[in-house]
Amino acid sequence: MRFNRFFYLVKEGLRGVFSHGFRSFASVMIIIACLLIMGSFSLVSLNVDSAIRDLEEESEILAFVDETLTQEEARSLETYVRNTPNVRDTVFVTREEAMESYKGQYEDDSIFEDIDASVFRNRYVIYLNDITLTEMTKEDLKAIPGIADVVAYERIAEGFVTVRNVVSAVTVVLIVILLVVSLAIMANTIKLATFTRREEIAVMKMVGAGNGFIRLPFVVEGLVLGLLGGGIAFLLEWGIYDVLCQKVMEFPLAGNLFTPVAFSAIMGPMLAIYLGVGFAVGAFGGALAIRNYLKV
Amino acid sequence: MVILKDVKMTYPGTRKEVLRDIDLTIEDGEFVFLVGPSGSGKTTIIKLLTGEIRATGGQLSVNGFDLRRIRRRNLPRLRRTLGVIFQDFRLIADKTVYENVAFAMRVVGATNREIRKRVPYVLELVGLTGCEDRLPRELSGGEQQRVAVARALVNSPHMIIADEPTGNLDPAKSLEIMMLLRKINELGTTVLVVTHEKELVNALSKRVVALSDGCLISDGMDGYYGYEIQ
Ligand SMILES: Nc1ncnc2c1ncn2[C@@H]1O[C@H](COP(=O)(O)OP(=O)(O)OP(=O)(O)O)[C@@H](O)[C@H]1O
Ligand SMILES: [Mg+2]
Repeated sequence: MRFNRFFYLVKEGLRGVFSHGFRSFASVMIIIACLLIMGSFSLVSLNVDSAIRDLEEESEILAFVDETLTQEEARSLETYVRNTPNVRDTVFVTREEAMESYKGQYEDDSIFEDIDASVFRNRYVIYLNDITLTEMTKEDLKAIPGIADVVAYERIAEGFVTVRNVVSAVTVVLIVILLVVSLAIMANTIKLATFTRREEIAVMKMVGAGNGFIRLPFVVEGLVLGLLGGGIAFLLEWGIYDVLCQKVMEFPLAGNLFTPVAFSAIMGPMLAIYLGVGFAVGAFGGALAIRNYLKV
Repeated sequence: MVILKDVKMTYPGTRKEVLRDIDLTIEDGEFVFLVGPSGSGKTTIIKLLTGEIRATGGQLSVNGFDLRRIRRRNLPRLRRTLGVIFQDFRLIADKTVYENVAFAMRVVGATNREIRKRVPYVLELVGLTGCEDRLPRELSGGEQQRVAVARALVNSPHMIIADEPTGNLDPAKSLEIMMLLRKINELGTTVLVVTHEKELVNALSKRVVALSDGCLISDGMDGYYGYEIQ
């Protein structure tokens, strides 16, 4: 019994979508536009984030051991270094090893041929959990007796972190604004539909329709428009993103600096979010639009 | 059953009391005409009965619902005990005759099977068999009003309330609709009809309640228009 009433109302909702063809089309386009902007910013944000994570994995800081310490004494500092907060991993490198790797980088250059290992210092190569805390960790490491100096490429890290913060902030602000915009437009589309059908709504009430019965077709109408917008926006975003990634990677050296997140890796969540936003905006917009009619 | 005691009404935002101390009881199964000059408050009484507006004073009960205290979410339940008919028919323009009537049953959650059984019966009762697939605009005024009567009837309400149901019809069609309402009354439904049409009122010999300027000025079983139009 409930069932065939439900189908009737869904059918009524679909009738609403098609009988206001242009208006429906316009609101789907707006939802697509909003989702594309939101999605694009989120994707940029995601990529900056992933670049930072790569950086975190690769970036190291060096803690040089006091030259007066013997190799064994220097090695014994490892537990202190390892137990410093924010240190993910550390490797002890002797001055000889440091020299070898240094020479390795300049193989062709004969100037360094007979360089002496004593020029180099014993050191710890340290990997961090969170590069935004580099400065603090540096201080902590310096405080260990026997550590003479700590060097970090914090400028790069800071630059990236600033970019990330700006992008995240802009993304959040945009998402909020665009959600409100698309909700308002959806509500308005359906409000026009309720206006053209206000007599029908009055009749429904007069024969004893409850609010749910009156609301459902409009909510269905919103849902269909929202899901349609979400689905189309997802496909478009997919295409645009893949093309953009290709273009970016065509720049010289781009591949060395940066690996974009593959769309296939985030496809599932992206689709869920797009459809979810479409669903929510549509249903909520529909309910919002009909609100005023339910008072009498 | 309808009971009004000392009912007063002033529309929000206005000062004029458009109904003053109305006392009126309508028993189950009665046929009552509500008459009075334009602006005397007839439609206001109808709107009070259907819960569209709220009285500002007195007591008001319709089919067991206390309308001074009813919660908004219970209004649909009250309205399902009523069948309302308007002067302007209020059919849904893009639904067929059949759908316009079936629609009222869907609202109350009837099954398709119940709908298929009941709608043809009601359409036959109002004399519209064969018009099921037509749209309202393809019908005459009298036929449209009969669709509205069928819609009001389809859920077997306790009471039919009609606000000038013949206001847009010629005298012959008006009489037809009135006879139809009388037939419905004879089948057991309470009927309250607002009308201006003196001849029709006199022709039916039923109870007549007359309003003037917000006051109830006569209530008689003599079957005649309770006052003279100036
Ligand atoms: N929504 C409203 N707001 C304020 N005043 C109203 C409203 N509706 C009706 N009135 C006033 O209430 C009074 C009674 O109106 P009502 O519609 O009940 O008259 P009526 O007897 O139905 O008249 P008619 O025969 O012309 O339909 C009138 O003075 C009218 O101006
Ligand atoms: Mg009136």
